Amino acid sequence: MPWGYEAMMTRKEKNKRICMAIYCAVVYLFLFLPIAVIVVNSFNATNTKPYMSWKGFTFDWYVKLWSNGSLLEAFGTTVLLAVISTILSTMIGTLGAIGMYKYRFRGKTLIDGLLYIPVVIPEIVLGISLLTIFAKADIPRGMLTLVLAHVSFCIPFVIFNVRARLSGYDLSIEEASMDLGAGRLRTFFEITIPVLMPGITGGALLAFTLSIDDVIISYFVYGQTKTYPLKVMESVKSGVAPDVNALSTLILIVTAVFVVLTQGDLFHRKYTET
Amino acid sequence: MKNIVEIEGVNKIYGTNHVVRNMNLSVGEGEFLTLLGSSGCGKTTTLRMIAGFEEPTSGSIRVEGEPIEEKEPYERNVNTVFQSYALFPHKTIYDNIAYGLKMKKVPKAEIKERVAEMMEMVQLGGFEKRYPSQLSGGQKQRVAIARALINRPRVLLLDEPLGALDLKLRKQMQIELKRLQKKLNITFIYVTHDQEEALTMSDRIAVMHDGVIDQLGTPTEIYEHPATRFVATFIGETNTYDGCISSITDGVAVMTLENGIVSVACPDDFSILEYATVSVRPEKMRFSSSPVEGFGLQAQVKDYIYVGSVLKCIVSLPNGNELKIERLAGQELPPVGSRCYPYWIPSDAVLIHNESHYIFEALNDIRLA
Amino acid sequence: MDIERTQKRRIRPDTLSAILMVGPVTLVMVLLVAIPLIYVAAMSFCSIDEFYNVTSDLTMDNYVRLMDADYMRIYARSLFIAFVTTILCILIGYPFSYIIARTKSRRKKVLYMLVIIPFWTNSLIRIYGWRSFLGTNGWLNSLIIALHITDGPIDMLYRNGTTILGMVYCLIPFMILPLYTAIEKLDASLLEASYDLGAHPARTFLEVILPLTSGGIFSGSLMVFIPCLGYFFVSDILGGGNSDMIGNLIERQFQSGNNWPLGAALSIVLILLTLILVKIYQRLGGDMDALGV
Repeated sequence: MPWGYEAMMTRKEKNKRICMAIYCAVVYLFLFLPIAVIVVNSFNATNTKPYMSWKGFTFDWYVKLWSNGSLLEAFGTTVLLAVISTILSTMIGTLGAIGMYKYRFRGKTLIDGLLYIPVVIPEIVLGISLLTIFAKADIPRGMLTLVLAHVSFCIPFVIFNVRARLSGYDLSIEEASMDLGAGRLRTFFEITIPVLMPGITGGALLAFTLSIDDVIISYFVYGQTKTYPLKVMESVKSGVAPDVNALSTLILIVTAVFVVLTQGDLFHRKYTET
Repeated sequence: MKNIVEIEGVNKIYGTNHVVRNMNLSVGEGEFLTLLGSSGCGKTTTLRMIAGFEEPTSGSIRVEGEPIEEKEPYERNVNTVFQSYALFPHKTIYDNIAYGLKMKKVPKAEIKERVAEMMEMVQLGGFEKRYPSQLSGGQKQRVAIARALINRPRVLLLDEPLGALDLKLRKQMQIELKRLQKKLNITFIYVTHDQEEALTMSDRIAVMHDGVIDQLGTPTEIYEHPATRFVATFIGETNTYDGCISSITDGVAVMTLENGIVSVACPDDFSILEYATVSVRPEKMRFSSSPVEGFGLQAQVKDYIYVGSVLKCIVSLPNGNELKIERLAGQELPPVGSRCYPYWIPSDAVLIHNESHYIFEALNDIRLA
Repeated sequence: MDIERTQKRRIRPDTLSAILMVGPVTLVMVLLVAIPLIYVAAMSFCSIDEFYNVTSDLTMDNYVRLMDADYMRIYARSLFIAFVTTILCILIGYPFSYIIARTKSRRKKVLYMLVIIPFWTNSLIRIYGWRSFLGTNGWLNSLIIALHITDGPIDMLYRNGTTILGMVYCLIPFMILPLYTAIEKLDASLLEASYDLGAHPARTFLEVILPLTSGGIFSGSLMVFIPCLGYFFVSDILGGGNSDMIGNLIERQFQSGNNWPLGAALSIVLILLTLILVKIYQRLGGDMDALGV
């Protein structure tokens, strides 16, 4: 909005805008407050749990973090798990969304219905249902069960994202591609996938976020393979160790840098649909 | 003229829906053939079967003498211009047009040359780097045509390619398309529901109705000598009269209608006492202030509508049916409300067999009403 | 007509690609969603022996035990907390979403991203951050004491209120995002039309804005209310056992309590509750696809 216009605004209008700005600021404060607590505590030189008073600035916890093997390992597990389940669920979900859009077959409504379950049902129910079935099938709990669990709850989110993109998708561009001499596979990779890419990346990003952040479902199926959130959960009772704060701060910085660098380019499209 | 596409006894059935019925059609090399019909008549399905997107339920389609049932769409030497254009939204205009050549693994330098040439031909020079969403409807249309033509197909299939354009642009593109087709000497099979478009562009028109080709012929034949009542009413304006042939003398039949008698040129395959339909174009209709020999229709002038070069007269028969008569503007005409006697030169009217098909349809209409 | 002859066809390549595309997702959904849930339903009718092993003696005991007065109190509390959380999310989230969705600022996208970014720090850790903030010798209390508002620290943790705060904190983005989408879609000319026809802002809000964005409120409410019942770690960390919810009950049966059939029966209750709420949501005209994106 040009500044000249701002000057012309009535007093009442101005007050209204200030109130709105303050309101938003308060909500953002609410959203970021505990994160601020974590960041500050990661530099807090106190050792008395739960590190609530300020005892001076230190980098100790960051140094200490490097020697905390099990925490770093848990973090590695989380990232690996998120990467694997994102790749798997994005592949399966994308194929499924396209297949369900293009073809009619028996049992389609059933699969459609099943997809909503992981989205609406409380995570704890999914967690215990997987726990019981893994126990029944004698699948040892560990990385495998974690991956299976994460894939199962990420797929619907990928599918819904791709499907949103498909709703404006004209199947005749696939026919056009075949008409111009491209085979089915070639058409899939040259036309279908690139056109749906914004939906696929959106779905993949969501899957990654859900996987990284998941506590509840992992809690029931992890066995001995602790993820980073589970490691945190374990230490919550005794008070989170300061190096956890340090690691969280580092993760926050990395993601913030990532967001600033991409600045929404992740969702930016070179072309727009008409 | 050699036949390039031959459709033989083709049927297409979806469930209980018989979309194309026992179709036989041959298209000559370099011909501009139009499949004309209203929506749901099976014209697009026919086109899609030639392109390979649908399989015929039975029958065979040959292109250049070779049966193509076993060929995938990408193995056929035909290309399609889609109704929705189906441009690849994520590729530039250049990449869209180059797509077919890239698939054929044509060397890069040649692709570049041919795309440039093709873009020039469809007047799109300078648009190489744009995306489809940045083009107007007419420009997208040109890209779609260029993308299909660059592969030098033996046959180009066009599915209502001008349907989304406004009237003025459509007229302009009709002329351009026709010019392009003559220049490249490629067979065009063109699907449209617009009879005017069909008459303007085609070498031959196949008028389709309910999955059947009602008539196949040149635009003049179709317009001047419609073979069925559907063709007569679908193409251009016409007046139809149903009646019974009461006498035939010297190739002129006298027909008894509900409102009187009329005379009409009678081909050999009609016989006395046959129920038939007469079709007369408005511009062939005349009217007189006194009865004319061989005609016994009496009507009343209801209205005149001025449409530029011609004047449309609406006259009504005693049973309420309205007739359309076209006269050149500026002629002296009876006033509205006066009595008149419509007639025509018997050879200007067309006699059409009254197929049971249409009688059923007429009965249906009555029942629905 | 030789329909017979031409009817024999190669296996359609389309059939093959359909199987390749839909097969994996079907397999995952059936094996990892449908079968486990059916198994849980079956288990809820099983009993346990003295070593806490699940036996196949069918019984209704688990369901009878669900009627226990203590449990009843926990259900009531769960529904209460979930309800209050949902209402608070609407009250806080609606004006907020409205402001950021209708701002003409060029930084609109950034404002939107700022709602998502906190998500990228693990929710457990953020909840723990709240504990540090609210604890008896936490930041808030230090501030209060430093400002001489009270003499001693106020015990703010381990109450229903703190659990609700944590729930609102964890779940409010699920309210804000659908609201944002619904409000952004609102055509500005509708508001102008309403003003033009003589409705003042409050009236316009009730007659035009609210009905047109109610879809966002419904889907947001569903996505807040249901997970709230299962977020056991929030009531664990911030409620400290004083504000247990259904989620805590289930968790206990599967971890420390080791009575899986009872936990299964509790889960079935939660599933039924979810189904009822989803049905209501659909009755209100809610779009299921709006829940996943």
